[in-house]
Amino acid sequence: MTPSTPFLKRCGRPFLLVLLGLVLLLLPFVLQSFGNAWVRMADNCLLYVILALGLNIVVGYAGLLDLGFVAFYAVGAYLFALLSSPQLTDNFDALAAAFPNGLHAAWWWVVPLAALLAALAGALLGAPTLKLRGDYLAIVTLGFGEIVRIFMNNLDQPYNLTNGPKGIGQIDGLEIGSLSLAKTTQWGPLEIHSVTLYYFVFLALALLAVVVGSRLQNSRVGRAWMAIREDEIAAKAMGLNTRNLKLLAFATAASFGGVAGALFAAFQGFVSPESFSLMESVMIVAMVVLGGIGHIPGVILGAVLLTALPEVLRYVSTSLPALTGGRLDASILRQLLIALAIIGVMLWRPRGLWPAPEHGKAMANKGAVNG
Amino acid sequence: MGESTLFKVEGASKRFGGLQALSDVNLTIQSGQVVGLIGPNGAGKTTFFNVITGLVPADSGKFELAGRPYEPSAVHQVAKAGIARTFQNIRLFADMTALENVMVGRHVRTHSGFWGAVLRTSRFKQEEAQITEMALAWLNYVGLGALASARARTLSYGDQRRLEIARALATDPFLLALDEPAAGMNGTEKRELRDLIERIRNDGKTVLLIEHDVKLVMGLCDQVTVLDYGKLIASGSPAQVQADPLVMAAYLGTASAKKTKTPSAPSAPSEPEAAAATETSMGGAHG
Repeated sequence: MTPSTPFLKRCGRPFLLVLLGLVLLLLPFVLQSFGNAWVRMADNCLLYVILALGLNIVVGYAGLLDLGFVAFYAVGAYLFALLSSPQLTDNFDALAAAFPNGLHAAWWWVVPLAALLAALAGALLGAPTLKLRGDYLAIVTLGFGEIVRIFMNNLDQPYNLTNGPKGIGQIDGLEIGSLSLAKTTQWGPLEIHSVTLYYFVFLALALLAVVVGSRLQNSRVGRAWMAIREDEIAAKAMGLNTRNLKLLAFATAASFGGVAGALFAAFQGFVSPESFSLMESVMIVAMVVLGGIGHIPGVILGAVLLTALPEVLRYVSTSLPALTGGRLDASILRQLLIALAIIGVMLWRPRGLWPAPEHGKAMANKGAVNG
Repeated sequence: MGESTLFKVEGASKRFGGLQALSDVNLTIQSGQVVGLIGPNGAGKTTFFNVITGLVPADSGKFELAGRPYEPSAVHQVAKAGIARTFQNIRLFADMTALENVMVGRHVRTHSGFWGAVLRTSRFKQEEAQITEMALAWLNYVGLGALASARARTLSYGDQRRLEIARALATDPFLLALDEPAAGMNGTEKRELRDLIERIRNDGKTVLLIEHDVKLVMGLCDQVTVLDYGKLIASGSPAQVQADPLVMAAYLGTASAKKTKTPSAPSAPSEPEAAAATETSMGGAHG
């Protein structure tokens, strides 16, 4: 902990954490009683939390605007899909002969592999963009994101690797020991639905993402990233190897995306290029910026809000078409309200909904009195 | 005070298109001294700074630091080799706290990486504690201890200058290179800065100082080097340099016209010394 942590916060912290933990553990059971769709929404929120925390490393810490982040999500998802579905054995006889029962790779090595492969893709994207900053970097990363999506869309020829726009289905769900997360489980009197089981897996990994993100933030590497964000020339003059540090930021962020992608594939049982459009990248950037760039609680808030809000609005606005004679339907209203929300936040809270605390001002004033 | 040679440049040259910003500059700095680098606007002082710190690559020249040759080709390697610099236009990590700014300065002398940070190994924690401790010590050294958790951009101008010096000192440099540290400072701030630089010298560090304020340079420096149009025209003790006719000509102009110059070149030679001491930005500045 930095010495600047306010006293009150330090005192109340353990209590708040326990409370938050209890809420997070009980939440799916409450949601479950309203229907699985609500738990599914919570699952999606957690996936986006992982994604947003990953993007936060590259955008928030290192200050490199990445508009193609969804590419790493796609890399993870497709890796998991290929290794855990009949897609490869159906299309390649040699593989079918080698694995007569199908690939069915175990998730506990595919998920780390997804992280690794995505990290590699991240470094690959990072390498040619090292000298670019701001808008120029955004354009190149945007292009990279599109390239990956287009590859997924077209790699059904000459060899059917990704099954093109039809996507890959029949992906195995997660299995922990003998417990299959794809089925409802009875635990004593408690009936735990599949979506709820996934919720706990996602929650665990989201927590891991929070821990890794915050530990990196308060470290030598994290400070170096922020120094690059603040002033690259000064950072170099302080002896920082900005090339390696930027590549590390890209790779680390991408590995978060890869893990989220693999989980997504297992959870949905189906992936297609449609899920990895530019709009997804933009939404993830919006989560980070809207919540509070570089501030982990803010980023989580942004991810949860932007994932949950559209779904909630969908339920709230069902009566709308009748009121407007069918001219305004739920999906239009959703987009309208989200756009308004983003504009509003940027107007009134330009640093995000929950930005990093500005303890600097108070201290500066105190110093002025003293000195 | 050691008499050994700490830093040596031989034949440093740099050309920007049609402008020979530096031609064949030699400079030797004894360890433990404060060396001033002065010259009229556009004389090539900042270019020289940028060349020795690797910010712009030199066309030619031999460079030696603490008895070992070094190649100023990459900025971060120069910092590692032991030259730390500040900037004419302050370049702090504005949104980070004063303490964090100085902690970044420790980066180059510490080693923990990604896995140390993620796993919080005992080595990492030890190093982190040590970084914090040393950074605080440097903040106190320059008199900013009370402002450790203030964001750099909220500091006053003079404090920002001192924070930049603390950050540079935190890299444990052999040579501390200050690019116009007194620019824009009022009298009190200048006096404080002078005290600070004297203290740094007395603690055994070597300082290279670019400065427009001739009074400050003459009072503070053990050796003064004068650049004019990219050439070294004089070097020696402050008294020697002040008496040098070439220096007088560079600052005050001479009756006999010097070499013909392009009309767009800054007309510093015809201006009095006081004008050179103002903080107008230099023509050759690339920092």
